[in-house]
Amino acid sequence: MPRIGTDEWVEQQELRTEYYTGLTAPARRAFDRVGPGPRFFAFLGICALFPFLTDSPFLIRVGVNVLLFALLALGLNIVVGWAGLLDLGYVAFYGFGAYTYAWVSSGQFDIHLPTELAILIVVTASALLGLLLGLPSWRLVGDYLAITTLFFAQIFVELTTNLDRLQLPWMDEPLDLTGGPNGIPGIDRMQILGIELPGVRDYFFLLLIVFALVVIGLYYVNESRTGRGWRASREDPLAAELMTTPVNRLKLLAFAMGAAIAGLSGSIFAAVQTGVFPQNFEVVLLIMIYAALILGGAGSISGAILGAIIVASVPEILRTPENARFLFYAAAIAVLVATMRPWQRLAVVVGAVVAFGVVVYQLVALAWPEGVEGETAGGRFSGLLGSWMVIPAENQELIGNIAFVLLVAGVLALTQLRGDARVMLLVPTLYLASFVWENRLIAQPSVTRQLLFGAILVAMMTRRPHGLLGTPRVENPV
Amino acid sequence: MDFFVQQIVNGVTLGSVYALIALGYSMVYGILKLLNFAHGEVYMIGAFIGYFVLTSLGGASSPMLPVAPLLILMFLAAMLGAGLLGVVIERFAYRPLRDAPRIAPLISAIGVSFFLQASALLLFSAQFRTYNTPQLIPFSTGLEVGPLRISLVRMLVIGSSIFLMLALTLLVSRTRLGKAMRAVSYDREAAAMMGIDVDRVIVATFFIGSVLAGAAGVMVGLVFERVFHFMGFIAGLKGFTAAVIGGIGNIPGAMLGGLLIGLAEAFSSSYISSTFQNLIVFGILITVMLIRPTGLLGSPVLKKV
Repeated sequence: MPRIGTDEWVEQQELRTEYYTGLTAPARRAFDRVGPGPRFFAFLGICALFPFLTDSPFLIRVGVNVLLFALLALGLNIVVGWAGLLDLGYVAFYGFGAYTYAWVSSGQFDIHLPTELAILIVVTASALLGLLLGLPSWRLVGDYLAITTLFFAQIFVELTTNLDRLQLPWMDEPLDLTGGPNGIPGIDRMQILGIELPGVRDYFFLLLIVFALVVIGLYYVNESRTGRGWRASREDPLAAELMTTPVNRLKLLAFAMGAAIAGLSGSIFAAVQTGVFPQNFEVVLLIMIYAALILGGAGSISGAILGAIIVASVPEILRTPENARFLFYAAAIAVLVATMRPWQRLAVVVGAVVAFGVVVYQLVALAWPEGVEGETAGGRFSGLLGSWMVIPAENQELIGNIAFVLLVAGVLALTQLRGDARVMLLVPTLYLASFVWENRLIAQPSVTRQLLFGAILVAMMTRRPHGLLGTPRVENPV
Repeated sequence: MDFFVQQIVNGVTLGSVYALIALGYSMVYGILKLLNFAHGEVYMIGAFIGYFVLTSLGGASSPMLPVAPLLILMFLAAMLGAGLLGVVIERFAYRPLRDAPRIAPLISAIGVSFFLQASALLLFSAQFRTYNTPQLIPFSTGLEVGPLRISLVRMLVIGSSIFLMLALTLLVSRTRLGKAMRAVSYDREAAAMMGIDVDRVIVATFFIGSVLAGAAGVMVGLVFERVFHFMGFIAGLKGFTAAVIGGIGNIPGAMLGGLLIGLAEAFSSSYISSTFQNLIVFGILITVMLIRPTGLLGSPVLKKV
């Protein structure tokens, strides 16, 4: 074996790469041979087809949300993934972009600038705000920076909610800057290069173009000197500084670029929604953007996109009980298939869960007949489910709550067990999970969404901190 | 003048609650260098436990126990429940990440906080609840010094938080556990080599910090009444602000910071504008952060290469 790092070692790189095995191997090898460029354009092509496949304005609106989320996650990726600065005030830039767009193109101050100019102003203003709010990153690192920026986000929400009666000394009447809790309605539709964008479908295409430009731009930035500088200052700011990397300037640049992308998506969001409201920009959204980035893998462009697709579309699927149920069981089975080896054990577990359910159902039906008389939430498999799942006719909420607490305890216990004990506990836990799902969660999509995102963040961090598509990295202890 | 002194009383009441929350942040940060975002949610759960103990014992209008034992029971249950919750959070969300990159436990903490909030929303629904304290202890009973009136409830809150803080100070400075905590916070590796069971010390720290947060939850329920699933977020932010202003990792600093934040809030809401009270508190924090990142009582940190 040649020494690591020598020319001979580099030449033998082929020998060390892992080869795919199994049936899907040729397809996966072919996928790897296609470069990132063609892969991305293929993805864009599929996205561009999407509005032609469906007529439902709702689905296209979901597509718009996915693209907005992807843009936000990409912007956050610059700051968090590449520069390694924990920016919890990110959502403020999104809101600032939306509000700035609203100021220059609505009846609030009766200013209606051409869209191109308005967007230019929004992007410049957001980038400047990013520079300004990035300044603390010179002095503060890690958690301290995180909390300071979180306060910026809070201040933004407080300001937008309260700046509707601003008493200025040189003005007679109070100034209504943000419309307070009622926000600014009646924002102009965009009109780009003389083409008016009246419908959601048009915004989808606009967003797709913006998205493509941003991704291509970011790809080259990441490969450039600047990108390497970010990674260097993320891994070890002190060493990077010594190697003459302008760490402080790079930090500001990261903040400004992230803010510019967030501001841009904010302006499009304002135009799609034709209104901006303070509650659009609360911490919940911040958590969702973080969940998208972390889930996909911080530091990876494709990861940010994948995470955004999952995070923005899952809540929409949860909206109707029928789809939510399908998603729940599909996800449960997918996770089992992905994590259980060998497949015999998987078969045993699935069979055992079904059998366990049947036994529990019969026992409950014997002991307490009202316990199985409840109605399922309806949908495709409700008939089948109704004779497997215990659904009490009364006290459903209380029993569901107790089951939820038990379920959390069960899942926590599962993480501690190994071997056969784990499989034994897995069976009742899975049944309990679907019990809680059918009885309690299916009717409350918004709560379910929050629960899922919280759980995803914790599970991702404890199991796979680099996300689905990210690369693991080792950090030296501080 | 009376109004001014009354505001001081308000500020001190509020401040002692913030100080209790700040202590939990500060202790955990001192030992793990971890910003426990879920701490505010532990406090919220504490307030809910107090509420459910009170209602299951007949509620404020017709309590089944005399007032004193009832209050003690509420406090004990909330403190124990919150403490156990803190230990569980540490065990499952933070311990696997002890040696992970710095960002990992922070994101995990945000996840826990989000999860607990949503769980509270699911289990207890979104409605506001109140302890109905005036029916239990009329606000009119209390001390009257000249024009100044301090209600019994406020005295109780201030008194019990002073008691808890004294107990904590004694624990940290006088007991073996306190010594071990100080050692672990100073240098975890060296402490482990000296035979200190670091895991046990960390669990104890989480337990004690969460116990204090649980107590703070009941106090807020008693004085300011509204208990709901989102209450932990802002209170957590303010508790954290207090900890940072005093110098995070520093116990007297957390108490001082709590008092300062409480007073700042009471005065800004009564003299300037209640809409901007949060803004003023956050403004103070950002200023302190930028001018003196280690806080008022914290010592500057040396950067090691």
